[in-house]
Amino acid sequence: MKVAIIRFPGTNCDFDAYHVLKNVLHLPSDLIWHEEVDLRKYDGVILPGGFSYGDHLRAGIIAAHSPAMTQVKKAAEEGKPILGICNGFQILAESELLPGALLRNAGLRFVCKWVNLRVDSTSTFFTSGLKKGTLLRMPIAHGEGRYFLGESEIKNLERKGQIVFRYVDEKGNTTENSNPNGSLFNIAGVSNEKGNVVGLMPHPERASEKILSPFGSSDGLAVLGAFAKTVEVMARK
Amino acid sequence: MSQLEMLGLSLTESERAAIRRRLGREANALELSMIDVEWSEHCSYKSSKHLLKLLPTKGERVLLGPGYDAGVLDIGDGDIVTLHIESHNHPSAIDPYGGAATGVGGILRDILSLGTRPIALLDSLRFGRMDRSPNSKWLFQHVIRGIADYGNCTGVPTVGGEVDFDSSFERNCLVDVVCLGIGKKEDIVLAVAKNPGDSVVLVGGSTGRDGIHGTTFASRDLSGKDSEDRSAVQIPDPFTKKQIIEATIEAVKTGYVAGLKDLGAGGIACGVSEMAYAGNTGVDIELSNVHLRETNMQSHEIMISESQERMVFVIKKGREEAIGKIFKKYGLLYSIIGKVTDTKRMIVRQNGKVVADLPVEVLVRAEPAPRDVKKPKYIDELGKVETPEPKESLDLIMMKMLSSPNLASKRWVYQQYDHEVGARTAVKPGHAGASVLRITDEKFLATKVDGNPKHCYLDPYNGTAGILAEACRNIIAVGAEPIAMVDHLQFGNPGNPEVYWTFSESVRGFADYCNKFKLPCVGGKVSFYNEDVQTHAAIKPTPLAAVLGLIEKADYVRNAIPSEDNVILQIGETKSELGCSEYQNQIFGTVGGRVPKLDFAAEKASQRTVSEGIRIGLISSVNDCSSGGLLIAVAEMCMLSGLGSTIDIAKCPSSAKRWDEIAFSESHSRFVITTSKANSPRIAELASKNGAKCTEIGTFKGKIFDVVYANKKLASLSVEKMKHEWETAIPRLMGDAK
Repeated sequence: MKVAIIRFPGTNCDFDAYHVLKNVLHLPSDLIWHEEVDLRKYDGVILPGGFSYGDHLRAGIIAAHSPAMTQVKKAAEEGKPILGICNGFQILAESELLPGALLRNAGLRFVCKWVNLRVDSTSTFFTSGLKKGTLLRMPIAHGEGRYFLGESEIKNLERKGQIVFRYVDEKGNTTENSNPNGSLFNIAGVSNEKGNVVGLMPHPERASEKILSPFGSSDGLAVLGAFAKTVEVMARK
Repeated sequence: MSQLEMLGLSLTESERAAIRRRLGREANALELSMIDVEWSEHCSYKSSKHLLKLLPTKGERVLLGPGYDAGVLDIGDGDIVTLHIESHNHPSAIDPYGGAATGVGGILRDILSLGTRPIALLDSLRFGRMDRSPNSKWLFQHVIRGIADYGNCTGVPTVGGEVDFDSSFERNCLVDVVCLGIGKKEDIVLAVAKNPGDSVVLVGGSTGRDGIHGTTFASRDLSGKDSEDRSAVQIPDPFTKKQIIEATIEAVKTGYVAGLKDLGAGGIACGVSEMAYAGNTGVDIELSNVHLRETNMQSHEIMISESQERMVFVIKKGREEAIGKIFKKYGLLYSIIGKVTDTKRMIVRQNGKVVADLPVEVLVRAEPAPRDVKKPKYIDELGKVETPEPKESLDLIMMKMLSSPNLASKRWVYQQYDHEVGARTAVKPGHAGASVLRITDEKFLATKVDGNPKHCYLDPYNGTAGILAEACRNIIAVGAEPIAMVDHLQFGNPGNPEVYWTFSESVRGFADYCNKFKLPCVGGKVSFYNEDVQTHAAIKPTPLAAVLGLIEKADYVRNAIPSEDNVILQIGETKSELGCSEYQNQIFGTVGGRVPKLDFAAEKASQRTVSEGIRIGLISSVNDCSSGGLLIAVAEMCMLSGLGSTIDIAKCPSSAKRWDEIAFSESHSRFVITTSKANSPRIAELASKNGAKCTEIGTFKGKIFDVVYANKKLASLSVEKMKHEWETAIPRLMGDAK
């Protein structure tokens, strides 16, 4: 049972994800350089945040065309759980493993702050144990996180339960003020149809320990914990 | 035009004579270029070295002090911390985005040079007044963006800092960056070339014409000719820097790296010669091996270019290939440019032909530049200025102060920085004066940088000792013990005796504090020639102190956010010291009067009381009481928690006569702390045991900020309204809020 954390040049949340899996969830994982990826022996994949290839051209696009991602696509087809956080989400969207695009923030500035997320779909590998409407507090830190997709396609996602997380206020309402980057319909995270690939802009790995939370919370574990459970199940298969 | 002018050199006639004497011949043009950058103020500290000797540099945790790229502290269990401060003032005034970004890049390399991983950045920024000058707004906006883009991309969190606006920085903004690194004791690498035969390897960015004469540019006034100055600014590339960080950490772990130094000021000429000097060796460099970005570069351009993202490795003989493999993995260019020799000479060749041959000692040891001192006249004159009596209500005064950019929330700034990456930031920007970083479950570092040019302008000695005290109070307020400091001394032209007097007073201020508190100075920087290009007036003296603290238990970590029904205590005495305060500046626009003086014994008593109170578990939240005075400190705690407060300022420990002095004096040695009603008497006892003044002055409760003075109600404001004003002040100035 093991998770692969893939490192591209410019990835910078790799050690943080590794730390939480190892020291908080006690889930074995390896940090793997993108040129040395062989996913056959792994039961789950994390694409951590950062600035792969310096965000040159467009966030995530160069990594999306790397040989490593061909293997990630294969793992996705095999039904392995795959989580993309921040730049990892951008890479998954650019590789078309997830629908939609992440555009420059509406305010045109990088935004780092804690937000409230509402769980809107529990039919993914990462939210399966949660109740619909659960509120989670996590930080965001990105300059290109404005979720965008054509209106009819968004309706489709909604219908299929692929909209996983939304930015909301403290009461759980999707308001303009609670939307930090201008994402359509306050979308913060989506999944593929099968629910085994999820991408989100907020950072669950930075919200998994009480000492790092301004609220004394560890809500990131809800997502990473569900991931760990799925990995265990996959490994037993 | 003389040869010197043609090369753009700034060596003086007497320095040229000294070179002739020490070499026994005329130096050629390339040699002069190399000596010119090495002997610049920026690299040689020729005007400041003798005074900096006053600072104590040793301590039980100090492994390495000044003279290296960063100070190194032992925090136990084999863990070490590196700490350094740098500025990029002149480049940022010309190209705020590139200047600030490369400033961050430079300090990351300093930390990396010791073989340690950078884990946190702080920045201390000073601009002109944004309400008066669109230029200041432009500089502010792009400096922030430069720092954000660079820090965010390299994955090093920017966890704190300060921003201050004052008209003396209108055309000479100050951009200072502090960086912390961590590593293991056994992995420390020094900037030294010790073993003849080892290879000198240049890694990272290619060498181009950018940043030529950057050091000499930093060591004179800005020319005022934009195009001329701009070519001296380097080009940032944070993506390459991130690869250099990873490759360097990996290379150091092999044990094959014998020496390591960043190439910043003075380029190859400075970096390589300083390593040879430190190792008592020589070097032999072949210029045709240097990987270049441009064609037809002259030998002197290659030697002194300050192109970014470059490091020099001294690699053990025969291990070049093993290390080269690591550089290749990270997509980094590198070239073996020379060998360490035993000649004690720096020999430079172009296609085998010797083009420069200098004793390393001549290159590295500049002639000292003695300076005259004279106390400026304005100091005694401004000292007599009295602060007028307030005519407006306290409600109105509070709202004006909270919306002044100096006191307003800096959220607009720190939200643009990724301050969470690394999963270490336990106390975040905005939640306390200092930031706290987790190292292990029970070991934390606290860090803070402080400056106060307004105080230092009138009293450089007390102002300087005071900012160090303030930084230490911020460190103590989050539950840490100060273990080291680095300083940055920023002044005008040292050839002006009045400027040099303020400089020498400032060094004396730091030295006295460090000696009295046994706080070692483990590094620092001096930046002279900070003047307005148009008026040639020097900036206000701006020494900065960055302090590092250690927290040895998770239970000790505190922030400035109180809880409902906490009682409020003031520790330390308020004096009649409104001189150069934010209140005086914002409400009356006057400058002068009695500036806060530092009473070392009172400072020690207050610091000890808070430190012990936290360790016993009596104190729940703490705020340092400084800029803006008591009411701003209490208001900040209200706005952070959303709670109201009721205080009676007549109860404050104070020798001041006027109510506005009690409210807004920036006297040192004070804290605002909270505790439970039951524990309040125990804190009073603790304070009295330590000889600190302390009284209970009120409670945090409700939603209204209430201030009474004896029986008179002075202010009654909705915290929500205050918070709105405070949080939107800077966004409104920047056009980001309604």
